[in-house]
Amino acid sequence: MTDSKSSHHPNTPIVVVTDLVKQFGRFAALRGVTGAFEAGRLYAVLGDNGAGKTTLLRAVAGLTHPTRGSISILGSVALRSVSSQIGYMAHPSLLYDEMSGMENLRYFSHLYGIANEERCRQVIRLVGLDPELARPVGQYSQGMRQRMSLARALLHDPKILLLDEPFSNVDVSSGREMVKLLAQMRDAGKTIFVVTHQSALLESAADEFVWMQAGQIVRRTPKLEGALLAFADWKPETESRKPDLP
Amino acid sequence: MSLISNITAATLAKDIRLEWRSKDAINSMLFFGLLVVVVFSFAFDPIAEESRRIAGGLVWVAFLFAAVVALNQTWAREVRNQVLDAYRVSPAPANSLFLAKALGNFLFVIVMEVLMTPLFIVFYKLRALGPAWMLAPIAVLGTWALVVNGTFFAAMSLRTRAREIMLPLLLFPISLPAILAMVRATTAILTADEPAKFWIVLLIAYDVVFTTACLLLFETVLQAE
Repeated sequence: MTDSKSSHHPNTPIVVVTDLVKQFGRFAALRGVTGAFEAGRLYAVLGDNGAGKTTLLRAVAGLTHPTRGSISILGSVALRSVSSQIGYMAHPSLLYDEMSGMENLRYFSHLYGIANEERCRQVIRLVGLDPELARPVGQYSQGMRQRMSLARALLHDPKILLLDEPFSNVDVSSGREMVKLLAQMRDAGKTIFVVTHQSALLESAADEFVWMQAGQIVRRTPKLEGALLAFADWKPETESRKPDLP
Repeated sequence: MSLISNITAATLAKDIRLEWRSKDAINSMLFFGLLVVVVFSFAFDPIAEESRRIAGGLVWVAFLFAAVVALNQTWAREVRNQVLDAYRVSPAPANSLFLAKALGNFLFVIVMEVLMTPLFIVFYKLRALGPAWMLAPIAVLGTWALVVNGTFFAAMSLRTRAREIMLPLLLFPISLPAILAMVRATTAILTADEPAKFWIVLLIAYDVVFTTACLLLFETVLQAE
């Protein structure tokens, strides 16, 4: 599962984004995003609503096709070929409300060719839920649903985790637990991207804060405080403030 | 191949489990089918000979409209909570999903047909003059023709605003040759006026062509934004 056949070298960036542009009609959600991201690091992707964080994450996950530019993951630009190394958690749960957590994971494990009951139980326990819970996911609290969604993303033990708002509607202590878990996984060598508005939760855990505005990465800093100051100083060019591309 | 069949089986089992719990598709199809049978039986009061001539058309029109109700719901569960994205980010082949969905729909529509057929026989006093057993392969081939295209076009119209209207708009014109073949073959069996062989062969050809086309094109439909 974890052992990829990819020839990725630990010192080379695991995700490389080059001049990424994504347009929805005349609206440009991404306006030339470029960046290299190293393995075994936790990146907190921050920015206001509409900054392009989710679009960037979806593009890296292969769910959104870029209008221009390229994405290379584990040295491959064919994202389908490395999809088994990507774990994606979106803002919606990506789970069937009518099935229990275990039933959901059992189904998704088939998609990754795992079909291992014990692995499903293990990841449910890992996120602090009970695998024996027979209740359908639709009856879970929002926080439980988020954690089950994280369990689904972790199910196939991917090298890269893309998490979109994993802490939304999660209480503070559960949020801290999730951050602790993410830090452990980062220490185990996973590369984690977390899109969040709750940057304070990741203050001590994240290795780098990536700030986005108007579809661009405007700053990358190792500390949250520095990132906030740098972001406050940032003055966008008149042209780059326009959401539309010619 | 084994991975495809495993994923297809898992997806089909999941869909059957979800349908068993909610009974959304089966209930709406049965309700709609029942309405059509009752309304038609009041609208027409045919003698046995007339029944045999019109029943093929009535039965298949009722099944077609009832199937559309279920087909419209095929992808609804996948759109809710964006579960389809979980499939799209996985390495699972698109064809496995399509096959599972088509087989699931086939199963649900066949169940509806099995439950509705006795009602048609009673309401229209039907008795086949030709070999009645041949109605079974016609039903199987005709139902597959409807669901294979229906599943495909339901997926295509998934991201459109008026998908309930879009599906019949896309499905009915392309299903015309199949509908014609189903109706003519059924009427041929009921009346024993002509052999049904030509229409059955046409149905087989239609199924092969459209199943192949849908399997070839589904990856594009699934990955479309």
